Amino acid sequence: MMQNVFYFLVFLGLLSAIMVIFSKNPIHSVLYLIITFFAIAGHYILLNAQFLAVVHIIVYAGAIMVLFLFVIMFLNLNTETEPQQSTLVKIAGVIAGGSLFLVFLAALKDSAMITQANPNIEIGLVKNLGKKLFDDYLLPFELVSILFLAALIGAVILGKKEELVAEK
Amino acid sequence: MEITVIIVKFALIAIIFGISLLTAMYSTYAERKFASFFQDRIGPDRAGPWGIFQPLADGGKLFFKEEIIPTNANLFLFVLGPSLAMLTACMTSAVIPWGTYLTIFDTQVDLQVADINVGILYVFGVVSLGVYGIMVGGWASNNKFALLGAIRAASQNISYEIAMGLSIIAVVMVTGSLSLKDMAVWQGQNAWMVVYQPLGFLIFLICSFAETNRAPFDLPECETELVGGYHTEYSSMKLGFFLFAEYINMFISSAMLSTLYFGGYTFPFMNDLGLSQNMVSILGLVFLLGKIFFFIFLFMWVRWTIPRFRYDQLMRLGWQVLIPLAIINIVLTGIAITFFGS
Repeated sequence: MMQNVFYFLVFLGLLSAIMVIFSKNPIHSVLYLIITFFAIAGHYILLNAQFLAVVHIIVYAGAIMVLFLFVIMFLNLNTETEPQQSTLVKIAGVIAGGSLFLVFLAALKDSAMITQANPNIEIGLVKNLGKKLFDDYLLPFELVSILFLAALIGAVILGKKEELVAEK
Repeated sequence: MEITVIIVKFALIAIIFGISLLTAMYSTYAERKFASFFQDRIGPDRAGPWGIFQPLADGGKLFFKEEIIPTNANLFLFVLGPSLAMLTACMTSAVIPWGTYLTIFDTQVDLQVADINVGILYVFGVVSLGVYGIMVGGWASNNKFALLGAIRAASQNISYEIAMGLSIIAVVMVTGSLSLKDMAVWQGQNAWMVVYQPLGFLIFLICSFAETNRAPFDLPECETELVGGYHTEYSSMKLGFFLFAEYINMFISSAMLSTLYFGGYTFPFMNDLGLSQNMVSILGLVFLLGKIFFFIFLFMWVRWTIPRFRYDQLMRLGWQVLIPLAIINIVLTGIAITFFGS
């Protein structure tokens, strides 16, 4: 039962990930990407990490993808207005992407699958996760919040840039 | 999993869907009756005694109307939009505790479909997905007004989600649990959350008006500026789905407001009256429905009393008033818990 669900999620995730790339319409790409995120969230639930799954949905599917969709709707891309790439650029893209794929493949070929002897299956529950985060990983956790703050301020400055220039 | 458990859960889901659809149906009737009361009219009174068959007549009309799909619309997404709106509206009811438990033929039946330990986050996740129906539908219509409505809906939902999430964090801090059932039980043992979190309740209430796209925040379908907003091009039952999803959302928001801030299914002297467990559960459900109906009335009361916001006012209220207030609320709650204990 669990195995079948796993295979279904793998199939769904891979299929929609491929469709993200092959869709002509950027809106369709975004919608396929959302399905991919749901498949990944399903994997988290299979691993008993409910908190991670729900946060994944809220952050990626609920917030980031809405903004993606928002921006793409504004751009109003379609086949007539979309800048057509020359064949040379396409070939260069395929070569660059293919090389990256080869590097990944080479790196994964020699890696051994490490299975933990006694995995703690309760770790994904919100209580244990919180304890772990605030006991063992307190400093990284706080540093991440500073990183987010920096990103927020950066976004505000980028958004205000034109106004600042205009004032001068 | 046992087969009885599955059957019981399916029956429960069917009953909850039935209740939410019935409530949504009669909310449309109540809305029109209240509107007529506020405007000193009679309102619908032709279909059946006092017009109580009006929702059936409306539904029948929507079903049998001619369906028009614009030529340049993206057909698949055009159909997907209202379906998504309906789906996300119905999903939240899974984690709401409708009562304690019933004992039927020696089987204990929990009046909650799924008591997951991240219940409140699940609700939040579904709420954040709710905007897709409107966005996809509005974009697929290939109409400028629909697109503007969809974009308004998206930015409005994102803005008010933040304040809503921050106001919930204060509730989580007080109860110390993310499960909605634990929250209801906690309020049964102490007092209603609204006593501890009056500011948080106010923020949550305003945000739920905005999230359900109800007046005074119904900018996405603002007819004076955008014809019909995101559902300009929709007709027949697809339009019906959009409108119906709004009423289901209203029902679910009211259920969330009751559960988070007004004690959920708990009522005074719940365990001291000497009633049987089944009786207590049923009474709890009745009390919860009573609270829900009060909040649905509140939604309508506000709609027919307060004029619509302007769009920049809406954004200013969300970002510059509600979010800072919600953060102050979290800080105050933290101070209170530190000094006066939990």
